[in-house]
Amino acid sequence: MLWTTLKRIIKAGFVSFWRNGSVSLSAVFVMIVALFMVASTLLITAFLGTALKDLQDKIDINIYVDAKASEASIMDLKKRLETLSEVKKVEYISREQALIAFRARHENDHRIIQALDEIGDNPLPATLTVKAREPSQYEGIANFLSNKSELSSGAALSIVSKVNYNDNKVAIERLSKLITGVKKLGSIITAVMIGISILITFNTIRLAIFIARDEIGVMRLVGGSKEYIRGPFVVEGILYGLVAAFLTLLLFYPITYWLKNTTQVFYGGVDLLHYFVANFAQIFLIIVSSGIALGAISSYLAVRKYLTSK
Amino acid sequence: MIYFDNVSKSYSDGTTALNGVTLSVKQGEFVSIVGHSGAGKTTLVKLLLGEDSATDGSVSFDSVDIQKVKAHDMPKLRRRIGIIFQDFRLLPNKTAYENVAFAMEVAGKTDEEIASDVPHVLELVDLSQKMWNFPRQLSGGELQRVAIARAIVNHPDLIIADEPTGNLDPVNTYEIVQILKKINDMGTTVVLTTHNKGVVEALGKRVITMDHGKIIRDDSTGKYAL
Repeated sequence: MLWTTLKRIIKAGFVSFWRNGSVSLSAVFVMIVALFMVASTLLITAFLGTALKDLQDKIDINIYVDAKASEASIMDLKKRLETLSEVKKVEYISREQALIAFRARHENDHRIIQALDEIGDNPLPATLTVKAREPSQYEGIANFLSNKSELSSGAALSIVSKVNYNDNKVAIERLSKLITGVKKLGSIITAVMIGISILITFNTIRLAIFIARDEIGVMRLVGGSKEYIRGPFVVEGILYGLVAAFLTLLLFYPITYWLKNTTQVFYGGVDLLHYFVANFAQIFLIIVSSGIALGAISSYLAVRKYLTSK
Repeated sequence: MIYFDNVSKSYSDGTTALNGVTLSVKQGEFVSIVGHSGAGKTTLVKLLLGEDSATDGSVSFDSVDIQKVKAHDMPKLRRRIGIIFQDFRLLPNKTAYENVAFAMEVAGKTDEEIASDVPHVLELVDLSQKMWNFPRQLSGGELQRVAIARAIVNHPDLIIADEPTGNLDPVNTYEIVQILKKINDMGTTVVLTTHNKGVVEALGKRVITMDHGKIIRDDSTGKYAL
Protein backbone atom coordinates (compact mmCIF):
# COMPACT_ATOMS: atom_id res chain seq x y z
CA MET A 1 0.00 0.00 0.00
CA LEU A 2 2.83 2.35 0.88
CA TRP A 3 4.32 1.88 -2.54
CA THR A 4 0.94 2.48 -4.22
CA THR A 5 0.45 5.65 -2.17
CA LEU A 6 3.95 6.87 -3.01
CA LYS A 7 3.38 6.11 -6.68
CA ARG A 8 0.08 8.04 -6.62
CA ILE A 9 1.66 11.03 -4.85
CA ILE A 10 4.52 11.21 -7.34
CA LYS A 11 2.17 10.85 -10.30
CA ALA A 12 -0.18 13.52 -8.92
CA GLY A 13 2.81 15.87 -8.46
CA PHE A 14 3.94 15.39 -12.07
CA VAL A 15 0.41 15.78 -13.46
CA SER A 16 -0.18 18.92 -11.41
CA PHE A 17 3.18 20.37 -12.50
CA TRP A 18 2.21 19.83 -16.11
CA ARG A 19 -1.42 20.98 -15.88
CA ASN A 20 -0.64 24.11 -13.86
CA GLY A 21 1.71 25.09 -16.67
CA SER A 22 1.76 28.84 -16.15
CA VAL A 23 2.15 28.65 -12.37
CA SER A 24 4.91 26.05 -12.77
CA LEU A 25 6.66 28.17 -15.37
CA SER A 26 6.71 31.27 -13.18
CA ALA A 27 7.86 29.27 -10.15
CA VAL A 28 10.65 27.73 -12.25
CA PHE A 29 11.75 31.15 -13.55
CA VAL A 30 11.92 32.64 -10.08
CA MET A 31 13.85 29.62 -8.87
CA ILE A 32 16.28 30.00 -11.77
CA VAL A 33 16.98 33.55 -10.57
CA ALA A 34 17.48 32.27 -7.00
CA LEU A 35 19.71 29.36 -8.00
CA PHE A 36 21.61 31.59 -10.41
CA MET A 37 22.37 33.88 -7.50
CA VAL A 38 23.57 30.97 -5.40
CA ALA A 39 25.63 29.49 -8.22
CA SER A 40 27.27 32.73 -9.28
CA THR A 41 28.12 33.68 -5.71
CA LEU A 42 29.66 30.26 -5.09
CA LEU A 43 31.51 30.35 -8.38
CA ILE A 44 32.85 33.85 -7.89
CA THR A 45 33.85 33.17 -4.28
CA ALA A 46 35.59 29.97 -5.27
CA PHE A 47 37.27 31.66 -8.19
CA LEU A 48 38.33 34.55 -5.99
CA GLY A 49 39.70 32.00 -3.55
CA THR A 50 41.94 30.46 -6.19
CA ALA A 51 42.94 33.87 -7.50
CA LEU A 52 43.90 34.94 -3.98
CA LYS A 53 45.77 31.70 -3.46
CA ASP A 54 47.74 32.34 -6.65
CA LEU A 55 48.48 35.81 -5.41
CA GLN A 56 49.45 34.46 -2.03
CA ASP A 57 51.83 32.02 -3.69
CA LYS A 58 53.55 34.91 -5.41
CA ILE A 59 54.52 36.45 -2.08
CA ASP A 60 57.91 35.36 -0.82
CA ILE A 61 61.03 36.62 0.91
CA ASN A 62 64.32 36.49 -0.90
CA ILE A 63 67.43 36.04 1.17
CA TYR A 64 70.48 37.13 -0.78
CA VAL A 65 73.51 35.21 0.41
CA ASP A 66 76.99 36.62 0.61
CA ALA A 67 79.01 35.70 -2.51
CA LYS A 68 81.77 34.19 -0.37
CA ALA A 69 79.46 31.85 1.53
CA SER A 70 80.06 28.15 1.02
CA GLU A 71 77.38 25.87 -0.33
CA ALA A 72 77.39 23.97 2.96
CA SER A 73 76.67 27.02 5.07
CA ILE A 74 73.88 28.03 2.70
CA MET A 75 72.38 24.54 3.06
CA ASP A 76 72.71 24.83 6.80
CA LEU A 77 70.74 28.08 6.76
CA LYS A 78 68.17 26.47 4.46
CA LYS A 79 67.73 23.60 6.91
CA ARG A 80 67.37 25.96 9.84
CA LEU A 81 64.74 27.93 7.98
CA GLU A 82 62.84 24.78 7.16
CA THR A 83 62.55 23.95 10.85
CA LEU A 84 60.46 27.10 11.43
CA SER A 85 56.78 26.27 11.70
CA GLU A 86 55.79 29.31 9.64
CA VAL A 87 57.91 28.23 6.68
CA LYS A 88 56.19 26.27 3.96
CA LYS A 89 59.01 25.96 1.47
CA VAL A 90 62.58 27.18 1.01
CA GLU A 91 64.02 27.16 -2.46
CA TYR A 92 67.71 27.53 -3.13
CA ILE A 93 68.81 29.30 -6.27
CA SER A 94 72.55 29.09 -6.78
CA ARG A 95 74.53 31.90 -8.38
CA GLU A 96 74.75 29.94 -11.64
CA GLN A 97 71.02 29.27 -11.75
CA ALA A 98 70.35 32.93 -10.99
CA LEU A 99 72.57 33.94 -13.88
CA ILE A 100 70.86 31.56 -16.31
CA ALA A 101 67.44 32.81 -15.22
CA PHE A 102 68.59 36.40 -15.51
CA ARG A 103 69.91 35.86 -19.01
CA ALA A 104 66.74 34.14 -20.07
CA ARG A 105 64.61 36.94 -18.65
CA HIS A 106 66.59 39.61 -20.47
CA GLU A 107 67.45 37.79 -23.67
CA ASN A 108 65.82 40.49 -25.76
CA ASP A 109 67.52 43.33 -23.93
CA HIS A 110 70.89 43.63 -25.60
CA ARG A 111 72.18 46.39 -23.39
CA ILE A 112 71.78 44.40 -20.20
CA ILE A 113 73.26 41.26 -21.71
CA GLN A 114 76.11 43.37 -23.04
CA ALA A 115 76.70 44.92 -19.64
CA LEU A 116 76.65 41.48 -18.06
CA ASP A 117 79.22 40.23 -20.55
CA GLU A 118 81.44 43.23 -19.86
CA ILE A 119 81.52 42.49 -16.15
CA GLY A 120 82.74 39.01 -16.98
CA ASP A 121 82.23 37.63 -13.52
CA ASN A 122 78.81 36.49 -12.21
CA PRO A 123 77.52 39.49 -10.23
CA LEU A 124 74.41 37.75 -8.96
CA PRO A 125 74.22 36.41 -5.41
CA ALA A 126 72.81 33.04 -4.47
CA THR A 127 69.27 33.30 -3.15
CA LEU A 128 67.05 31.44 -0.73
CA THR A 129 63.40 32.02 -1.56
CA VAL A 130 61.21 31.50 1.49
CA LYS A 131 57.46 30.95 1.28
CA ALA A 132 55.37 31.17 4.42
CA ARG A 133 52.20 29.19 5.05
CA GLU A 134 50.18 32.39 5.59
CA PRO A 135 51.01 35.92 4.39
CA SER A 136 50.84 37.16 7.95
CA GLN A 137 53.71 34.89 8.96
CA TYR A 138 56.36 36.72 6.94
CA GLU A 139 56.92 39.09 9.81
CA GLY A 140 58.01 36.20 12.05
CA ILE A 141 60.34 34.84 9.42
CA ALA A 142 61.78 38.32 8.91
CA ASN A 143 62.33 38.59 12.66
CA PHE A 144 64.22 35.32 12.63
CA LEU A 145 66.38 36.57 9.84
CA SER A 146 67.05 39.90 11.45
CA ASN A 147 68.36 38.06 14.50
CA LYS A 148 65.50 39.09 16.77
CA SER A 149 64.35 35.59 17.43
CA GLU A 150 65.77 33.20 20.00
CA LEU A 151 66.07 30.50 17.38
CA SER A 152 68.40 32.53 15.20
CA SER A 153 71.80 31.90 16.65
CA GLY A 154 74.33 34.19 15.03
CA ALA A 155 76.66 31.91 13.07
CA ALA A 156 74.26 30.73 10.41
CA LEU A 157 72.99 34.22 9.74
CA SER A 158 76.36 35.78 9.12
CA ILE A 159 76.19 34.73 5.47
CA VAL A 160 72.99 36.74 4.85
CA SER A 161 73.79 39.88 2.94
CA LYS A 162 70.30 41.21 2.33
CA VAL A 163 66.69 40.27 3.02
CA ASN A 164 64.09 41.94 0.83
CA TYR A 165 61.25 41.70 3.36
CA ASN A 166 61.46 45.29 4.49
CA ASP A 167 61.33 46.55 0.89
CA ASN A 168 58.11 44.63 0.37
CA LYS A 169 56.75 44.86 3.90
CA VAL A 170 53.99 47.33 3.13
CA ALA A 171 52.88 45.46 0.04
CA ILE A 172 52.86 42.09 1.86
CA GLU A 173 50.90 43.48 4.78
CA ARG A 174 48.40 45.17 2.53
CA LEU A 175 47.96 42.05 0.48
CA SER A 176 47.46 39.85 3.53
CA LYS A 177 44.85 42.26 4.87
CA LEU A 178 43.15 42.33 1.48
CA ILE A 179 43.08 38.54 1.34
CA THR A 180 41.46 38.19 4.77
CA GLY A 181 39.04 41.00 3.95
CA VAL A 182 37.99 39.50 0.65
CA LYS A 183 37.51 36.06 2.25
CA LYS A 184 35.32 37.51 4.99
CA LEU A 185 33.31 39.64 2.54
CA GLY A 186 32.91 36.60 0.27
CA SER A 187 31.36 34.49 2.99
CA ILE A 188 29.04 37.33 4.07
CA ILE A 189 27.89 37.90 0.48
CA THR A 190 27.37 34.14 0.01
CA ALA A 191 25.26 33.93 3.16
CA VAL A 192 23.17 36.98 2.19
CA MET A 193 22.64 35.70 -1.37
CA ILE A 194 21.60 32.26 -0.14
CA GLY A 195 19.23 33.91 2.37
CA ILE A 196 17.66 36.08 -0.33
CA SER A 197 17.20 33.15 -2.69
CA ILE A 198 15.53 31.09 0.02
CA LEU A 199 13.11 33.96 0.70
CA ILE A 200 12.33 34.50 -2.99
CA THR A 201 11.69 30.81 -3.59
CA PHE A 202 9.63 30.37 -0.47
CA ASN A 203 7.40 33.32 -1.32
CA THR A 204 6.87 32.20 -4.90
CA ILE A 205 5.91 28.69 -3.88
CA ARG A 206 3.71 30.08 -1.13
CA LEU A 207 1.85 32.10 -3.77
CA ALA A 208 1.52 29.05 -6.01
CA ILE A 209 0.03 27.06 -3.13
CA PHE A 210 -2.15 29.98 -2.04
CA ILE A 211 -3.87 29.64 -5.42
CA ALA A 212 -4.60 26.01 -4.57
CA ARG A 213 -5.83 26.60 -1.01
CA ASP A 214 -9.46 25.83 -1.91
CA GLU A 215 -8.39 22.56 -3.48
CA ILE A 216 -6.56 21.66 -0.28
CA GLY A 217 -9.79 22.31 1.63
CA VAL A 218 -11.74 20.05 -0.73
CA MET A 219 -9.14 17.29 -0.46
CA ARG A 220 -9.47 17.39 3.32
CA LEU A 221 -13.27 17.21 3.22
CA VAL A 222 -13.11 14.25 0.88
CA GLY A 223 -11.01 12.50 3.52
CA GLY A 224 -7.45 13.03 2.34
CA SER A 225 -4.83 12.63 5.05
CA LYS A 226 -2.35 15.46 5.59
CA GLU A 227 0.49 13.45 4.11
CA TYR A 228 -1.52 12.47 1.07
CA ILE A 229 -2.53 16.10 0.41
CA ARG A 230 0.92 17.51 1.06
CA GLY A 231 2.82 14.89 -0.95
CA PRO A 232 2.00 16.05 -4.49
CA PHE A 233 2.79 19.67 -3.58
CA VAL A 234 6.19 18.63 -2.28
CA VAL A 235 6.80 16.60 -5.46
CA GLU A 236 5.80 19.65 -7.48
CA GLY A 237 8.22 21.80 -5.47
CA ILE A 238 11.00 19.29 -6.12
CA LEU A 239 10.19 19.43 -9.82
CA TYR A 240 10.37 23.24 -9.82
CA GLY A 241 13.79 22.92 -8.19
CA LEU A 242 15.04 20.21 -10.54
CA VAL A 243 13.95 21.94 -13.73
CA ALA A 244 15.28 25.29 -12.48
CA ALA A 245 18.60 23.70 -11.50
CA PHE A 246 19.11 22.12 -14.92
CA LEU A 247 18.20 25.34 -16.72
CA THR A 248 20.53 27.33 -14.44
CA LEU A 249 23.42 24.98 -15.21
CA LEU A 250 22.59 25.17 -18.90
CA LEU A 251 22.65 28.97 -18.74
CA PHE A 252 25.96 29.05 -16.95
CA TYR A 253 27.98 27.62 -19.80
CA PRO A 254 27.33 30.40 -22.35
CA ILE A 255 27.49 33.08 -19.66
CA THR A 256 30.88 32.03 -18.30
CA TYR A 257 32.08 31.64 -21.91
CA TRP A 258 30.95 35.17 -22.72
CA LEU A 259 32.48 36.48 -19.50
CA LYS A 260 35.80 34.90 -20.36
CA ASN A 261 35.90 36.53 -23.78
CA THR A 262 34.78 39.96 -22.70
CA THR A 263 37.19 40.11 -19.77
CA GLN A 264 40.11 38.94 -21.89
CA VAL A 265 41.41 42.53 -21.84
CA PHE A 266 42.27 42.13 -18.16
CA TYR A 267 45.28 40.22 -17.11
CA GLY A 268 44.53 36.68 -18.25
CA GLY A 269 40.76 37.26 -18.27
CA VAL A 270 38.35 36.03 -15.63
CA ASP A 271 38.29 32.39 -16.59
CA LEU A 272 35.14 31.31 -14.79
CA LEU A 273 34.42 28.99 -17.71
CA HIS A 274 37.47 26.90 -16.91
CA TYR A 275 36.52 26.88 -13.27
CA PHE A 276 32.92 25.96 -14.13
CA VAL A 277 33.94 23.08 -16.40
CA ALA A 278 36.67 21.81 -14.07
CA ASN A 279 34.37 21.75 -11.05
CA PHE A 280 31.19 20.83 -12.91
CA ALA A 281 30.38 17.73 -10.87
CA GLN A 282 30.61 19.64 -7.63
CA ILE A 283 28.64 22.64 -8.95
CA PHE A 284 26.04 20.29 -10.44
CA LEU A 285 25.56 18.57 -7.09
CA ILE A 286 25.33 21.83 -5.15
CA ILE A 287 22.84 23.45 -7.55
CA VAL A 288 20.63 20.40 -8.06
CA SER A 289 20.48 19.57 -4.36
CA SER A 290 19.85 23.23 -3.45
CA GLY A 291 17.04 23.31 -6.01
CA ILE A 292 15.47 20.13 -4.68
CA ALA A 293 15.84 21.16 -1.03
CA LEU A 294 14.54 24.70 -1.67
CA GLY A 295 11.51 23.43 -3.61
CA ALA A 296 10.64 20.62 -1.23
CA ILE A 297 11.06 22.56 2.01
CA SER A 298 9.23 25.64 0.68
CA SER A 299 6.28 23.52 -0.50
CA TYR A 300 6.18 21.56 2.73
CA LEU A 301 6.05 24.73 4.82
CA ALA A 302 3.61 26.53 2.52
CA VAL A 303 1.06 23.67 2.55
CA ARG A 304 1.40 23.23 6.30
CA LYS A 305 -0.38 26.53 6.77
CA TYR A 306 -3.56 25.10 5.23
CA LEU A 307 -3.34 21.82 7.08
CA THR A 308 -3.12 23.04 10.65
CA SER A 309 -6.82 22.85 11.52
CA LYS A 310 -8.77 19.59 11.79
CA MET B 1 -26.76 7.68 13.76
CA ILE B 2 -26.39 11.45 14.09
CA TYR B 3 -27.05 13.12 17.40
CA PHE B 4 -26.91 16.84 18.19
CA ASP B 5 -27.20 17.34 21.94
CA ASN B 6 -28.08 20.88 22.95
CA VAL B 7 -25.57 22.33 20.51
CA SER B 8 -24.78 26.04 20.41
CA LYS B 9 -22.32 27.87 18.27
CA SER B 10 -21.35 31.50 18.61
CA TYR B 11 -18.57 33.39 16.88
CA SER B 12 -16.11 35.84 18.37
CA ASP B 13 -18.00 38.78 16.83
CA GLY B 14 -21.01 37.88 18.99
CA THR B 15 -23.23 36.27 16.34
CA THR B 16 -24.99 33.08 17.35
CA ALA B 17 -25.29 30.57 14.54
CA LEU B 18 -26.86 27.76 16.57
CA ASN B 19 -28.75 28.03 19.82
CA GLY B 20 -29.45 24.87 21.82
CA VAL B 21 -30.09 22.54 18.89
CA THR B 22 -31.04 18.98 19.74
CA LEU B 23 -31.85 16.53 16.97
CA SER B 24 -31.22 12.96 15.95
CA VAL B 25 -31.15 11.25 12.57
CA LYS B 26 -31.62 7.51 12.25
CA GLN B 27 -29.79 5.17 9.89
CA GLY B 28 -31.45 5.17 6.45
CA GLU B 29 -33.42 8.39 6.97
CA PHE B 30 -33.74 11.19 4.42
CA VAL B 31 -33.82 14.48 6.32
CA SER B 32 -34.23 17.89 4.74
CA ILE B 33 -33.13 20.87 6.79
CA VAL B 34 -34.78 24.04 5.59
CA GLY B 35 -34.52 27.66 6.60
CA HIS B 36 -33.61 31.13 5.38
CA SER B 37 -30.01 32.14 4.80
CA GLY B 38 -28.35 32.51 8.18
CA ALA B 39 -30.74 30.09 9.89
CA GLY B 40 -27.81 27.85 10.84
CA LYS B 41 -28.06 25.07 8.22
CA THR B 42 -24.48 25.31 7.00
CA THR B 43 -23.13 25.59 10.55
CA LEU B 44 -24.90 22.33 11.32
CA VAL B 45 -23.16 20.68 8.35
CA LYS B 46 -19.77 22.14 9.35
CA LEU B 47 -20.08 20.74 12.85
CA LEU B 48 -21.01 17.34 11.47
CA LEU B 49 -17.92 17.35 9.23
CA GLY B 50 -15.66 18.48 12.06
CA GLU B 51 -14.77 21.61 10.09
CA ASP B 52 -15.85 23.72 13.03
CA SER B 53 -16.45 22.97 16.69
CA ALA B 54 -19.48 23.75 18.88
CA THR B 55 -19.29 26.33 21.64
CA ASP B 56 -21.59 24.18 23.74
CA GLY B 57 -23.12 20.70 23.55
CA SER B 58 -21.91 17.69 21.59
CA VAL B 59 -22.25 16.31 18.07
CA SER B 60 -21.95 12.57 17.57
CA PHE B 61 -21.80 10.38 14.51
CA ASP B 62 -22.31 6.67 15.17
CA SER B 63 -21.73 7.27 18.90
CA VAL B 64 -18.42 9.03 18.21
CA ASP B 65 -18.14 12.55 19.61
CA ILE B 66 -16.88 14.43 16.57
CA GLN B 67 -15.28 17.16 18.62
CA LYS B 68 -13.12 14.64 20.43
CA VAL B 69 -11.83 13.02 17.25
CA LYS B 70 -8.12 13.72 16.90
CA ALA B 71 -6.87 15.58 13.82
CA HIS B 72 -5.05 12.44 12.74
CA ASP B 73 -8.27 10.36 12.74
CA MET B 74 -10.47 13.01 11.09
CA PRO B 75 -9.80 11.85 7.49
CA LYS B 76 -11.03 8.33 8.40
CA LEU B 77 -14.28 9.76 9.74
CA ARG B 78 -14.77 11.96 6.68
CA ARG B 79 -14.34 8.99 4.36
CA ARG B 80 -17.55 7.59 5.89
CA ILE B 81 -19.41 10.74 4.89
CA GLY B 82 -20.06 11.78 1.30
CA ILE B 83 -20.39 15.52 0.88
CA ILE B 84 -22.04 17.54 -1.88
CA PHE B 85 -21.78 21.35 -1.98
CA GLN B 86 -23.75 24.10 -3.69
CA ASP B 87 -20.56 25.28 -5.45
CA PHE B 88 -19.57 21.68 -6.38
CA ARG B 89 -15.98 22.04 -5.09
CA LEU B 90 -14.38 19.78 -7.63
CA LEU B 91 -10.61 19.80 -8.11
CA PRO B 92 -10.23 22.04 -11.19
CA ASN B 93 -7.11 20.39 -12.57
CA LYS B 94 -8.48 16.87 -12.43
CA THR B 95 -10.89 15.29 -14.90
CA ALA B 96 -14.31 14.02 -13.80
CA TYR B 97 -12.81 10.53 -13.58
CA GLU B 98 -9.82 11.73 -11.52
CA ASN B 99 -12.05 13.73 -9.16
CA VAL B 100 -14.04 10.62 -8.34
CA ALA B 101 -10.91 8.44 -8.26
CA PHE B 102 -9.29 10.87 -5.79
CA ALA B 103 -11.90 10.03 -3.16
CA MET B 104 -11.11 6.34 -3.63
CA GLU B 105 -7.35 6.93 -3.57
CA VAL B 106 -7.46 8.74 -0.22
CA ALA B 107 -9.57 5.87 1.13
CA GLY B 108 -6.74 3.51 0.18
CA LYS B 109 -8.57 1.60 -2.55
CA THR B 110 -6.52 -0.44 -5.00
CA ASP B 111 -5.94 0.58 -8.62
CA GLU B 112 -8.14 -2.33 -9.76
CA GLU B 113 -11.05 -1.23 -7.55
CA ILE B 114 -10.69 2.34 -8.82
CA ALA B 115 -10.62 1.21 -12.44
CA SER B 116 -13.82 -0.77 -12.02
CA ASP B 117 -15.84 1.45 -9.63
CA VAL B 118 -15.24 4.93 -11.06
CA PRO B 119 -16.68 4.27 -14.55
CA HIS B 120 -19.56 2.44 -12.93
CA VAL B 121 -20.49 5.27 -10.59
CA LEU B 122 -20.10 7.85 -13.36
CA GLU B 123 -22.47 5.77 -15.43
CA LEU B 124 -24.97 5.86 -12.54
CA VAL B 125 -25.01 9.66 -12.71
CA ASP B 126 -25.12 9.49 -16.52
CA LEU B 127 -21.68 10.96 -17.16
CA SER B 128 -19.94 8.10 -18.97
CA GLN B 129 -19.50 10.26 -22.04
CA LYS B 130 -17.78 13.08 -20.14
CA MET B 131 -15.51 11.04 -17.92
CA TRP B 132 -12.34 12.67 -19.24
CA ASN B 133 -13.62 16.23 -19.25
CA PHE B 134 -12.22 18.81 -16.85
CA PRO B 135 -14.68 20.69 -14.59
CA ARG B 136 -14.35 23.81 -16.77
CA GLN B 137 -15.74 21.78 -19.69
CA LEU B 138 -18.89 20.70 -17.80
CA SER B 139 -22.25 22.41 -17.13
CA GLY B 140 -23.58 23.13 -13.62
CA GLY B 141 -25.78 20.03 -13.59
CA GLU B 142 -22.92 17.85 -14.81
CA LEU B 143 -20.56 19.29 -12.19
CA GLN B 144 -23.03 18.44 -9.46
CA ARG B 145 -23.41 14.93 -10.80
CA VAL B 146 -19.63 14.48 -10.67
CA ALA B 147 -19.75 15.72 -7.07
CA ILE B 148 -22.47 13.18 -6.29
CA ALA B 149 -20.46 10.41 -7.93
CA ARG B 150 -17.48 11.43 -5.79
CA ALA B 151 -19.64 11.44 -2.67
CA ILE B 152 -21.10 7.98 -3.20
CA VAL B 153 -18.17 6.10 -4.70
CA ASN B 154 -16.85 4.92 -1.33
CA HIS B 155 -20.30 3.68 -0.24
CA PRO B 156 -20.50 6.12 2.68
CA ASP B 157 -22.84 5.70 5.64
CA LEU B 158 -24.04 9.26 5.28
CA ILE B 159 -24.47 11.74 2.44
CA ILE B 160 -24.58 15.41 3.33
CA ALA B 161 -25.88 17.63 0.53
CA ASP B 162 -25.45 21.30 1.44
CA GLU B 163 -27.83 23.22 -0.86
CA PRO B 164 -26.89 21.03 -3.83
CA THR B 165 -29.48 22.54 -6.12
CA GLY B 166 -28.78 26.19 -5.24
CA ASN B 167 -26.92 26.84 -8.50
CA LEU B 168 -29.05 24.68 -10.78
CA ASP B 169 -32.03 25.17 -13.08
CA PRO B 170 -35.31 23.29 -12.36
CA VAL B 171 -34.55 20.39 -14.72
CA ASN B 172 -31.14 19.73 -13.16
CA THR B 173 -32.58 20.28 -9.70
CA TYR B 174 -35.14 17.55 -10.35
CA GLU B 175 -32.47 15.16 -11.63
CA ILE B 176 -30.20 15.74 -8.64
CA VAL B 177 -33.05 15.19 -6.19
CA GLN B 178 -33.99 11.97 -7.97
CA ILE B 179 -30.41 10.73 -7.69
CA LEU B 180 -30.32 11.55 -3.96
CA LYS B 181 -33.61 9.75 -3.50
CA LYS B 182 -32.22 6.71 -5.29
CA ILE B 183 -29.15 6.75 -3.04
CA ASN B 184 -31.42 6.87 0.00
CA ASP B 185 -33.53 4.04 -1.35
CA MET B 186 -30.39 1.93 -1.44
CA GLY B 187 -30.03 2.47 2.31
CA THR B 188 -27.71 5.45 2.68
CA THR B 189 -28.69 8.15 5.16
CA VAL B 190 -29.10 11.54 3.44
CA VAL B 191 -29.08 14.96 5.09
CA LEU B 192 -30.10 17.68 2.66
CA THR B 193 -30.07 21.39 3.41
CA THR B 194 -32.08 23.53 1.06
CA HIS B 195 -34.40 26.50 0.77
CA ASN B 196 -36.09 25.18 -2.32
CA LYS B 197 -39.73 24.63 -1.48
CA GLY B 198 -40.38 22.48 -4.55
CA VAL B 199 -37.60 20.06 -3.66
CA VAL B 200 -38.84 19.53 -0.11
CA GLU B 201 -42.43 19.00 -1.10
CA ALA B 202 -41.58 16.65 -3.95
CA LEU B 203 -39.60 14.47 -1.56
CA GLY B 204 -42.31 14.04 1.06
CA LYS B 205 -39.72 13.03 3.70
CA ARG B 206 -38.80 14.35 7.15
CA VAL B 207 -38.28 18.13 7.27
CA ILE B 208 -36.51 20.09 10.01
CA THR B 209 -37.17 23.82 9.86
CA MET B 210 -34.63 26.18 11.35
CA ASP B 211 -34.76 29.87 12.12
CA HIS B 212 -32.19 32.06 13.86
CA GLY B 213 -30.15 29.08 14.99
CA LYS B 214 -33.06 27.16 16.47
CA ILE B 215 -35.20 24.25 15.32
CA ILE B 216 -38.72 25.57 15.01
CA ARG B 217 -40.39 22.52 13.42
CA ASP B 218 -39.60 18.87 12.91
CA ASP B 219 -42.18 17.10 10.70
CA SER B 220 -41.90 13.45 9.77
CA THR B 221 -43.46 13.94 6.33
CA GLY B 222 -43.12 17.60 6.30
CA LYS B 223 -43.80 20.55 4.14
CA TYR B 224 -41.88 23.70 3.55
CA ALA B 225 -43.29 25.81 6.36
CA LEU B 226 -41.52 29.16 5.90
